[in-house]
Amino acid sequence: MTDLSLFVPGTSLLHRLPAGAKLLGLLALSIVTIWLQSAWQVGAVLALVLVGYAVAGIGPSLVARQVRPLLWFLVVIAGVQVWTSGWQMALTVVGTIVVLVLAAALVTLTTRTTAMADAVVAACRPLRVVGVDPERVGLMIALAMRSVPVVVGIAQDVRDAQRARGVRFAPQAYGVALVVRSLRQATALGDALLARGLDD
Amino acid sequence: MIEVSGVSQVYGAGAARRTVLDGVEVTLSEHRIGVVGSNGSGKSTFARLLNGLVEPTRGTVTVDGLDTVREGRAVRQKVGFCFTDPDSQIVMPTVREDVAFGLRRKGLRGAAADPVVDDALARFGLSALADSPAHTLSGGEKQLLALCSVLITEPDVLVLDEPTTLLDLRNARRIGDVVASLPQQVLLVTHQLDLLAGFDRVLVFDEGRLVHDDAPAGAVDHYRRLMA
Repeated sequence: MTDLSLFVPGTSLLHRLPAGAKLLGLLALSIVTIWLQSAWQVGAVLALVLVGYAVAGIGPSLVARQVRPLLWFLVVIAGVQVWTSGWQMALTVVGTIVVLVLAAALVTLTTRTTAMADAVVAACRPLRVVGVDPERVGLMIALAMRSVPVVVGIAQDVRDAQRARGVRFAPQAYGVALVVRSLRQATALGDALLARGLDD
Repeated sequence: MIEVSGVSQVYGAGAARRTVLDGVEVTLSEHRIGVVGSNGSGKSTFARLLNGLVEPTRGTVTVDGLDTVREGRAVRQKVGFCFTDPDSQIVMPTVREDVAFGLRRKGLRGAAADPVVDDALARFGLSALADSPAHTLSGGEKQLLALCSVLITEPDVLVLDEPTTLLDLRNARRIGDVVASLPQQVLLVTHQLDLLAGFDRVLVFDEGRLVHDDAPAGAVDHYRRLMA
């Protein structure tokens, strides 16, 4: 089973900071990056984010792992930017993307998912006046988090079943089976919620 | 006391019409009741009728006088339900959160729920897994969690739909032992006939009908002849 728990346990300042504060900080940082003009400014913000990683006690290999999936995107974007606006602009744009991804990952790595969900619920509270039930939003987040590993499990099952029957990868058959089984799972989940008292 | 009177259950219409239960009439007051029958005999539908998950096409089902259709909510507070596949029953990401979910109905949440949850986890031997993501548990641990999460709401009746079908022998016994020790009235649907030893009454379903209703020995005999 794929390990989907991204949280790295710890007791650092960043771990102890409330989830809401971290999310607000991330929001503020994202807004600041709009005004970043030069490569050295981006470098300064990047240094700040890396200090954050050091404070959280997260090593360089884990830092690298956050950016690695983006590598090819970054190469293409950098290429286009060098072509159209010069290497300084390319450095600024690519640097900004790296800063944002690393900062978001830092929040994910130091915050329990439940704490994150609670923060979102708290943030939704003012929406009560327009008929949004914050508890429902929290439940929705929790159900979504619970469903990710379940659907990943279904996907593996479907693939194994097709391989066992000697079918080479057939995207259509795979897609149909995955969707049908996921919908059945959703029905079962609905029954379970009803049986467990969520019937209002 | 559960009363099932004149219940028929029909799915689909026209050519696709299937009668899943046909004229079931039974009153359940015993402490331990087993339900056996072949695949497709209607026993699973019967179990789902008892907490209002399925509403009867004809007839009525009442639990302590409460109608499962009109007073479904109150009935589900009385009747806990345990599904075959714990993955479809566990609704929260971690073990602790899933157990605490059942307490929301009682208005217990957050820190107030913690001692109750800790106590329940200890009773089921799940304390060490309290903060584990639910998907990392083994099949047996998941079914124990599912059972723990249902029982924390303190239902009067527990309905279990083949709770051990996906488990190995040791885990099946573990679930069987837990079920045997419960103070609640239990209705257990199962293919594992040895779990029914010591039960007060066993119902045998076949092709949507309740065909035999007896003490375990007689009912299991009847079931074996039916399957021969």
